[in-house]
Amino acid sequence: MGDAQIEIQIIAAVVAAACAIPGVFLVLRKMALISDAISHSILLGIVVGFFITNDLNSPWLILLAAVTGVLTIVMVEMIQRTKLVKEDTAIGLVFPLLFSIGVILISKNANDIHLDVDSVLIGELAFAPFDRFIFDGMDLGPKSLWIMGTILIISVASLLLFFKELKVTTFDPGLAASIGISPLIFHYGLMSVSSVTIVGAFDAVGAILVVALMIAPAATAYLLTTNLKKMIGLAVLFGVTSAISGYWLAHYLDASISGSMTTMLGVIFLITYLFASDKGLIASIYRHKKQKIEVSLIIFLLHLNNHRDEIEARQFIHLQEHFNWTKKYAESVVDLADKNNMIQFEGDLIALTEKGENFTDLTLKYILTNKDDEIEHLKRDFFLFRG
Amino acid sequence: MSIFDTFIALFTDSTLRTIAIGTMVLGATSGMLGSFAVLRKESLLGDAISHAALPGIVLAFLITGSKESYVLLFGALIVGLIGTVWIRSIVHKTHLKTDTALGLILSIFFGFGILLLTYVQKLPDANQAGLDKYLFGQAATLIDLDVYILIAVTLIALVILFLFWKEFKIMLFDTDYAKTLGFNVKFIDILITFFIVLTIVLGLQTVGVVLMSALLLAPAAAARQWTNSLGKMVLIAAIIGALSGLIGTGISASENNLPTGPVIVIVASAIVLFSFIFSPIRGILFQQLRLHQNRNNLELMKTLQLMYNIAKTHQDFTHPHAIGILNDFRGFSKSSLKKMEEKEWIQIEGNQWKLTAIGFKEAKDMFHSNSLENG
Repeated sequence: MGDAQIEIQIIAAVVAAACAIPGVFLVLRKMALISDAISHSILLGIVVGFFITNDLNSPWLILLAAVTGVLTIVMVEMIQRTKLVKEDTAIGLVFPLLFSIGVILISKNANDIHLDVDSVLIGELAFAPFDRFIFDGMDLGPKSLWIMGTILIISVASLLLFFKELKVTTFDPGLAASIGISPLIFHYGLMSVSSVTIVGAFDAVGAILVVALMIAPAATAYLLTTNLKKMIGLAVLFGVTSAISGYWLAHYLDASISGSMTTMLGVIFLITYLFASDKGLIASIYRHKKQKIEVSLIIFLLHLNNHRDEIEARQFIHLQEHFNWTKKYAESVVDLADKNNMIQFEGDLIALTEKGENFTDLTLKYILTNKDDEIEHLKRDFFLFRG
Repeated sequence: MSIFDTFIALFTDSTLRTIAIGTMVLGATSGMLGSFAVLRKESLLGDAISHAALPGIVLAFLITGSKESYVLLFGALIVGLIGTVWIRSIVHKTHLKTDTALGLILSIFFGFGILLLTYVQKLPDANQAGLDKYLFGQAATLIDLDVYILIAVTLIALVILFLFWKEFKIMLFDTDYAKTLGFNVKFIDILITFFIVLTIVLGLQTVGVVLMSALLLAPAAAARQWTNSLGKMVLIAAIIGALSGLIGTGISASENNLPTGPVIVIVASAIVLFSFIFSPIRGILFQQLRLHQNRNNLELMKTLQLMYNIAKTHQDFTHPHAIGILNDFRGFSKSSLKKMEEKEWIQIEGNQWKLTAIGFKEAKDMFHSNSLENG
């Protein structure tokens, strides 16, 4: 592993961590798409900055780009305040316009500008180590590492300083305002930090990857925990993991590093989405199925209770017609009832056991009174279904 | 070439005409279908899907080796649909919100597309040049065949829209009611989503990834300001979309180095801004005017009520009083007195005012009638 390789991985990891922290709050505040909007519209800031300074490395560029980012948010909020369109429409109206102006400015001056839209959107991490920060003749490492490192330190510092305030303004702005924490200040604070982070990061990794690095780790972490601290920790972990594994994927395929990092983020999200123990797709489908059969079981037992004197209604074949169940489904319901000792067979007739009768009585009582304490008993006493 | 000449050339020059018709039809379709996306609060679906379709284009190229636009766009359509389904499933099956799901799928699919694109670029015997035109779109590459496909899709979408108009409408505004009436909501949902995705994918070639989203929602957002009827909104959005396409193409052709897609977006945005300000029902200008007018009316009412309270202490309510009395209270000015005189509520004689019968009645009925609303 050469020096450049190590440096690229360090930069990637720092970028990922710096993006993940504000990303968590954006996702929690339902503002994830703001990152998409900012990352596109800063193109305009960069182009205008370039016209003013004629220098692609000028710090003014970053500053102007960050200002454009905040401007985007202000414009979106202005449109939202008119209540003429929905919130998301406002976002969708603002950033394509700013982006379009940027693209037109670039192509009108294509001859004297060394800036193309591709590199802005896609970025290339592989070149990052060649842009060195040289101070007083000393080589202090890649410039983007310094920029992103500073941004990361600022994010972490403001996170540590204002964790409580960020937490309360995110989850309960009303409460925050009533105890004297201005949600507005923290809103714009977060927006500024996000804007600066996006500007700093997009130089290294491109506009779209910034969006992925902000949203994907936070979304993945949100599937695994509802604890804010853990969520931030997990998001940083996922970001850094995909940064480093993405680098090696790109190395192996000889393809874009930012593309591979995003792909790794996608893979991590997909795995979590499918297998997360509590909120994953498989768990959720399983839970849904279980609930369905439990409801069917209750209906079935109540049916038996209702028609205890009618021979017809107690036959297995009747279940399929009456409830429109398939034979297999009816069998599994009856099986579940049997396993829980709720029913007994009398020839080809089905009857409730004593336990089954107690259960249906209690269920009826719950349905009639609709009192929550009844269902609590019911759950404790009977919902130990073995299936 | 002056802009005027260009617009004539749009109809005479065959290349320009193809492009102009193409962007017009695209604008009309995306305005039409965008209305549904906007009303379903899925404005940014266009943004997400246009990005998410990128890997489809590259995969289609990898598998078939063909660079025919319809082959690539078919790949984009498939992947775009997968993206849409995944977004929906994330929103339904987990507690992640729509914005997160959109941003997630958008960026991850796009990143994967970039990975594939750069991978293909480095394959020794693959000539992939031109694939990245779908990133930014080049209206200039539109050929007759593309325009025919666009027109065909638009016509099919129109027919579907007519056939299922009632269903679309009821699902849009009251999904639960539609379900209870026995409509197959899932099917209608899939149908409309399919056409929205199809339009997005077709637009990629013309205006590119970023700007397709604007073309989908800007005409609809503008049209929404002019009407409260779905039918009219769809029609107006289609017209605005077509106009944006036409004007945008004209402007961009009139000068060198003026890319078509961004110009169309700027034209569409200008129409949105115009609608926001000048629409008579919802526009900001008229809202402010109405606000101002209401405030003035309220002031007049306040003064009238004040006069009424003074006048009713006398047996004869037309008994004149000094204007000076009103000074003890706030809420009158020379112009407001003049206005009240114009309405024949009061008569002014030198330094004195007296209520007229009309004014007395107006004041008495103020809280019993709808006079507040009518002013």
